[in-house]
Amino acid sequence: MAVAGQPNSGKSTVFNMLTGARQHVANYPGVTMEKKSGTYRYQDMRIELVDLPGTYSLTSYSLEERIARDFILHERPALVVDIVDASNLRRNLYLTFQFLEMGISVVIDLNMMDVAEKRGLEIDAKELSRRIGVPVVSSIGNRGKGKEELRKAIFEAYKGRGAFKPFRIDYGPLEPSLKVLEKQLLDNAHLSASYPLRWLAVKLMEGDSEAQRLTEKHLEDPKETLGYVEAKREEFASQHNEAPERFIATRRYQSADEITKHSVRKKRETFLTLSDTIDKIVCNRFLGPVILAATIYALFELSIVQGYKITAHTWPLLAGFKGFVASILPSPGFLEEPFLRSLTLGIVDGVIAVLNYVPIFLILFALIAILEDTGYMARVAFILDRIFRHFGLHGQSTLPLILGGVFVGGCAIPGVMACRAIKDERARMATILIVPLMNCMAKTPLYVLLVSIFFVQHKGMVMFFIATITIIIALAVAKALTITVLRRKEGAPFILEMPPYHLPTVQGVLRRTVERTWLFVRKVITIIIAIAVIVYILISFPGLSEQRKAHYQTRAGGAIATFFEGIEGSRYAPLFEVPGLMKFMRYWEGYKKARMGAKGKETKSAVSEKFQSRNPEFFTIVKPGRDKEARKVNTGFKRLVSLRKEILREKREEIISSSYLGQLGRTMEPFTRFAGFNWRINIALLSSFAAKESSVATLGAIYQPTEGGEKTLDVRMREKERGYTSLHALAIMIFMVMYPPCIPTLIMVKLESGSLRWMFFAALYPTLLGLMMAILVFSGGNLLGLSGIEAMVGFYAVAIAITALMALIRREPKIDFGRR
Amino acid sequence: MTLDEIRPGGQCRIKGVSVTGLLGQRLLDMGFIHGAQIKVIRNAPLTDPVEIQLGEYQVSIRHDEARYVEVEPL
Repeated sequence: MAVAGQPNSGKSTVFNMLTGARQHVANYPGVTMEKKSGTYRYQDMRIELVDLPGTYSLTSYSLEERIARDFILHERPALVVDIVDASNLRRNLYLTFQFLEMGISVVIDLNMMDVAEKRGLEIDAKELSRRIGVPVVSSIGNRGKGKEELRKAIFEAYKGRGAFKPFRIDYGPLEPSLKVLEKQLLDNAHLSASYPLRWLAVKLMEGDSEAQRLTEKHLEDPKETLGYVEAKREEFASQHNEAPERFIATRRYQSADEITKHSVRKKRETFLTLSDTIDKIVCNRFLGPVILAATIYALFELSIVQGYKITAHTWPLLAGFKGFVASILPSPGFLEEPFLRSLTLGIVDGVIAVLNYVPIFLILFALIAILEDTGYMARVAFILDRIFRHFGLHGQSTLPLILGGVFVGGCAIPGVMACRAIKDERARMATILIVPLMNCMAKTPLYVLLVSIFFVQHKGMVMFFIATITIIIALAVAKALTITVLRRKEGAPFILEMPPYHLPTVQGVLRRTVERTWLFVRKVITIIIAIAVIVYILISFPGLSEQRKAHYQTRAGGAIATFFEGIEGSRYAPLFEVPGLMKFMRYWEGYKKARMGAKGKETKSAVSEKFQSRNPEFFTIVKPGRDKEARKVNTGFKRLVSLRKEILREKREEIISSSYLGQLGRTMEPFTRFAGFNWRINIALLSSFAAKESSVATLGAIYQPTEGGEKTLDVRMREKERGYTSLHALAIMIFMVMYPPCIPTLIMVKLESGSLRWMFFAALYPTLLGLMMAILVFSGGNLLGLSGIEAMVGFYAVAIAITALMALIRREPKIDFGRR
Repeated sequence: MTLDEIRPGGQCRIKGVSVTGLLGQRLLDMGFIHGAQIKVIRNAPLTDPVEIQLGEYQVSIRHDEARYVEVEPL
């Protein structure tokens, strides 16, 4: 059975109420629309429900309507549970009639009875049922009221199908033509067996493209029928001075009006509902934008800032998981790390890097579910549509852009996911393509790193530049895409229902939050694992030559030999007989790590006790106290540890720079030089393709700390790149602004746009544009002898000018407005 | 007169919709039909779009699109 209804009728709450937790989410074949289905038992029957997209009508004009219509037409559900907003009966019945016309059994659920009640409406369900000729029950979905009655009605309607005589709209002057058409169609065995003929006839008279296609496909001589339709349509239009489709819609509305008049009684006049009062404030010319800004700020503050704080508590759990995995893997040697170990840890690193964001997503999705359920999202679109429209976007583009991190600290993945809500296909695609340009959380570390090295005096100003330049560039890009590659996409008029405000329910919000987070985690984790493997291979192969390996072995051997020489004759020497050395090394590292994590005297002594009881002999070396001989061994071992670190670092650096990724970075250097990127930066930028947070991690690996790592990365980078100026840094940051979406985002782009071509486009255009801008800034800045700050101000001015110009381009809307 | 010309606070009755195709159909489907009463509630903070009361419900529409709704003021 199908659950259908108009938008804002509370369809999903009723669907959830009926099916409970037994739900399954998939996509409708060939499109990106989510298809939810669920099952429940009633008496001896197992009932499967499919949640159809909410639509106002069933024409061929929009994807949702086509999906809902095709499902009923081709899948032939046993019946349609039509969820009707009780406070909006007339408009909702308009859709009900279209279901009935398709010859399908219908059960009407009058939902949101409480809202109707508040508006002073009294609905006579019995009278309604009598007039429409289908069962009618009432419910309050978000309070779970009416579940049993509805289940019972569905069950009985199914058992007693055929007993009902549904209402049939009288199309008056069109009826003779409809009869002739039905008769012509009846002659075709396939059509008459598969499709409701009256529906097909009405649709043909409406001039509906799908009905025409079906006729052409199945009739042997479609010309005769279609010719008849065309002639009759023209005849009707000239006689009645009105297009037939308009007449048909009007008849449906008139019938709905008639039925509503007899079954709804207005008990009292309501003048100003609470919803209207709220709107007076929320949509006020001055207060509206202020409230909107405050809401966005609160959303950002609560999810990104506070959520980030929570990750500080959840991170140890994830790190603990990694530690656990590390402990069951083969342990590392003095220089060699077993392949299985490093690969597995690489995957685990990738996975926990994503899982780390889960607290942020939980809060974010919960807040968004609340905003959606209250009805505020429609007001946001209302307030901002004017601005976005100039750039080919839509008022509904606001949410995806906020999620992506309009100013700073979002994530493109939920941003791209949120584009589903945009009903205008062209604006939706444009939004999907620009969301990845926003400043996601993972871009931020690189900005912070570069700003703290190269723009010490202008920190605030540069961060402001980054926070605002993204949206400025993104708007210009959106417009450019709209008038070029997206030119042919379907646009949609902005006619947006402003539903009355609702109090969201805890259950509803929680359900959606968990659902979306799970969707995100499931999709991303599987991909991350694959990516981690690829990145691992790119960064560690082809590996070192035998000669270089031997070189490092010799150095390591030398260091070990020196250590043993130093402790020769000591009574502690037997402790280190190989393999005792590595055993002690792990003990030593474990102790140092535990000490570093321990804060306060008590925990510190607890750590000491733990390690002492684990191995008292080792502990004397780790903490020699007054034991002279132990102190000597301790000093010798310290030197060995630092030598090992140095050799490991040099080795890793050599592996990275000679790896496939390193070779690529070097190959690109002659070209990227114009943008100011050397091969080291190239590698960092290349590796961030997998996930942007790795840009800083890779830089960290390249600029490895010497001597135990007491210097921070910015100091190390400054030392290594003495020739670097703020202009270099600016070029890197501008490239980062335009950086192509990370792979998980690209996967999401593919899922939401439904095509690989768009995915590649989403990866390619920012790369090229970013490189162009970086080259322009760096080479241009060099030529003019500008400092980083001067170049930044210049770039900012140019970007604003271009975006403003783009806004002025007025293009005839490609929407088929079909002016008469 | 067309709907975009009615000021906030004004009321009118629909005489017809002067557009076909997607926009025309959408307007019909949402209840912009001959004889329906409209009350213009408010303009958005940046003047466009405009929010109106159409029968039992409220809907916002761009001025560009409201231009195709022919009305008579009440």
